Amino acid sequence: MKYVDEYRDPQLAATLVAKIRNVATRRWTLMEVCGGQTHGLLRHGIDEALEDVVEMLHGPGCPVCVTPIESIEKAIELSRQPQTILASFGDMLRVPGATGSLLKAKSQGADVRVVYSPLDAVEIAKNNPNARVVFFAVGFETTAPATGLAVLQAQRLGLENFSLLSAHVRVEPAMQSIAQSPECRVQGFLAAGHVCTVMGYDCYQEFSRKYRLPVVVTGFEPIDLLSGIYECVRQLENGQCDVANEYARSVRSEGNVNAQSIIEQVFKIADRPWRGLGVIPQGGLVLRGEFKQFDADSRFPKSSAQFAEPPECLSGEVMTGRIRPPQCPQFGLACTPQNPLGAPMVSSEGACAAYYAYQSRPRIAEVGAEP
Amino acid sequence: MNADSLSITCPILSVDDKECVTIAHGEGARLTRELIQRRILPLFSNDALASFGDAARLPSVSGQLAFASDGFVVSPLFFPGGDIGKLAVYGTTNDLAVAGARPLWLSLSLIIEEGLPFATLDRVLQSVAQAAKTVGVQVVTGDTKVVPRGAADGLFITTSGIGHYQDEQRYDCRDIRPGDALIVTGTIACHGMAVMAARENLGVVAEIESDCGSLLPAVTALSHAGIPVRAMRDATRGGVAAVLHEWSLACGHTLTVDENKIPVNHVVRGLCEILGLDPLFVANEGTMLVAVPDEFACRAVEALRQTAVSANAVCFGRVSQRKIAPVTVIRSLGREIPLDEPSGAFLPRIC
Amino acid sequence: MCLAIPGQVVRWIEREQPFCEADIQFLGIRRKCNMSCVPDAQEGDYVIVHAGVAISKVDTAAAEQLLQEISSSEIWDELNGNAS
Repeated sequence: MKYVDEYRDPQLAATLVAKIRNVATRRWTLMEVCGGQTHGLLRHGIDEALEDVVEMLHGPGCPVCVTPIESIEKAIELSRQPQTILASFGDMLRVPGATGSLLKAKSQGADVRVVYSPLDAVEIAKNNPNARVVFFAVGFETTAPATGLAVLQAQRLGLENFSLLSAHVRVEPAMQSIAQSPECRVQGFLAAGHVCTVMGYDCYQEFSRKYRLPVVVTGFEPIDLLSGIYECVRQLENGQCDVANEYARSVRSEGNVNAQSIIEQVFKIADRPWRGLGVIPQGGLVLRGEFKQFDADSRFPKSSAQFAEPPECLSGEVMTGRIRPPQCPQFGLACTPQNPLGAPMVSSEGACAAYYAYQSRPRIAEVGAEP
Repeated sequence: MNADSLSITCPILSVDDKECVTIAHGEGARLTRELIQRRILPLFSNDALASFGDAARLPSVSGQLAFASDGFVVSPLFFPGGDIGKLAVYGTTNDLAVAGARPLWLSLSLIIEEGLPFATLDRVLQSVAQAAKTVGVQVVTGDTKVVPRGAADGLFITTSGIGHYQDEQRYDCRDIRPGDALIVTGTIACHGMAVMAARENLGVVAEIESDCGSLLPAVTALSHAGIPVRAMRDATRGGVAAVLHEWSLACGHTLTVDENKIPVNHVVRGLCEILGLDPLFVANEGTMLVAVPDEFACRAVEALRQTAVSANAVCFGRVSQRKIAPVTVIRSLGREIPLDEPSGAFLPRIC
Repeated sequence: MCLAIPGQVVRWIEREQPFCEADIQFLGIRRKCNMSCVPDAQEGDYVIVHAGVAISKVDTAAAEQLLQEISSSEIWDELNGNAS
């Protein structure tokens, strides 16, 4: 696959590993923001390969993981209404709320459908005029244009049976909340490549200056990840803290202005609770007033029930980089992908699930990574 | 009571009864017999079935028998490269074949959702007959039930099969030893991705054919080449990963496969990339894993490649003394990473 | 989040916002994707697609450059030089 396979080249990867080792005079602590990056680092064993020079902390970049229990409960409740089709992304179906998951609701007879794109949910609404179609929209800025387009299409098609249960979140405020914590150990950020594809990276200039942290826009394939880590370590060794772009094939400094204008047109910024992290100021997107008829939250009354996270789940600590998943006493014992206590163990991009899949058992011998 | 009077008094038998299976076809009376005699029996003529008794009378065979059973609930019923009928024959006969037995007899039980068009049923049954002929197995007994709408998804099939062990050799995954080579007989993940692509809600146009096929010729090829096979297993649900985990559990060693050597068709890989799925976890229906002593690996691969169903066989892994993880994959950068056991619902990752 | 992969624009289908659509090829797979965010992408161009929406046009020069920079790295010479 062009623009994927070349970036998995073992020779080039070995070169980058050598460069990182050569430039590092000490061990640095970096955070990759996006769950897709976490997945890539662990799947290819990059974190292990660099263990002695770089400690990778795994950021909150899994939108499925940070979707609050209340939103999941609302989705489950809506899915159980008669004549209702609830559509969402595959990962969202497994995440436990307080009373179960969407997958469980489906097994009990609710019409819950997995879609690849929010636009497919619009298609479902078009083809099922007698059903109420609710799209449970989760995602970062990367996904917001797709969700925005779904709303615009539904409006243009005059689909009265389509609505959105929006749990969209914004990455930069979450990075702020991590960086300003007095316990923050992060010395450099690998910014999420696809979020930056949409939003650009100009917005990180001020962030980088304010917290004196390098911010390196980073992609998802091994070569991308290693390039991002190299640039971050290089800056740290030189006492720099700049914004750099190591995912230039997809990201421009200003981002994608067409995508931004779609987001702008449909959504407005709002404070938003993140599961495990609490309310993050300006941390989410809600539908603008003129799209109220597509807002499931205003169309269907909210239940007043309050739900609490199991107290023994330390997902908040994990997602802010205070601990790594295996340091949680429940990891792999009371909490496994089959019986998750918290969302990061469920979503395949959650840090706990990634550790469980690729690394939970003590590490195994390294085999021929050198050329 | 004759059929005409029945059709006048019974509200279920509307015009549909000519085109669709109705509850009445499962009531065990005349319509059931007609269904069986008109649509099923002509496709499977053999002595055991012709007597139309409650049990099939089978000739005695010397030596040991193998017995296997499997249920099939695939949706959609027809997918590129196969259908539920073909699957139902190959699924059970493959289970017999990889155990080292030649499939002889099959039972065929249908659970039909009322409203299933006869045309669909006929197509499936013809496919069953064709597949049975290919394998050389006789359908000797069966059952037909009709359930109300919503109680099944069109058509469920269960087949049970009896096979005859061919030689003295017994395959047992507990015999897998460190140093053994692991062979996969074809490109993986075709079946699971073909079925997924056939579900229209993904909106993809992908020319992926299920690998749905008989593994008997591959097993025979290994036997003729005199390969002292340790174990064989068709990599169905849970894909290659599931077989590796089962074997590791049984033999107590670590099984390692090399990602760069895993044969994956590029279309299948494209769909896996889009959906964020690992082909190692995706189902196959005509692809098996074979463990052989290392010194026979090349000959085994050669023998397999002579046969159509296993023409793309490669040696892609090795068994070693137990390391910390039961199953590992050498990923593209050359690092050995544990491979988790498949679990839970098979959902696209997407986000 | 944010699984997004590169595919090649095969054919424009619809130019009208917000329904802009093109057939995109990913290896042997084709899927209709929304092109509202990359209206200037041409047939033959590669775009990055997330959840059915193209969010970026691949900058082929930048793509080559990164690989070029790494493969022309003199790190191995340096390391070997230090070792000898």
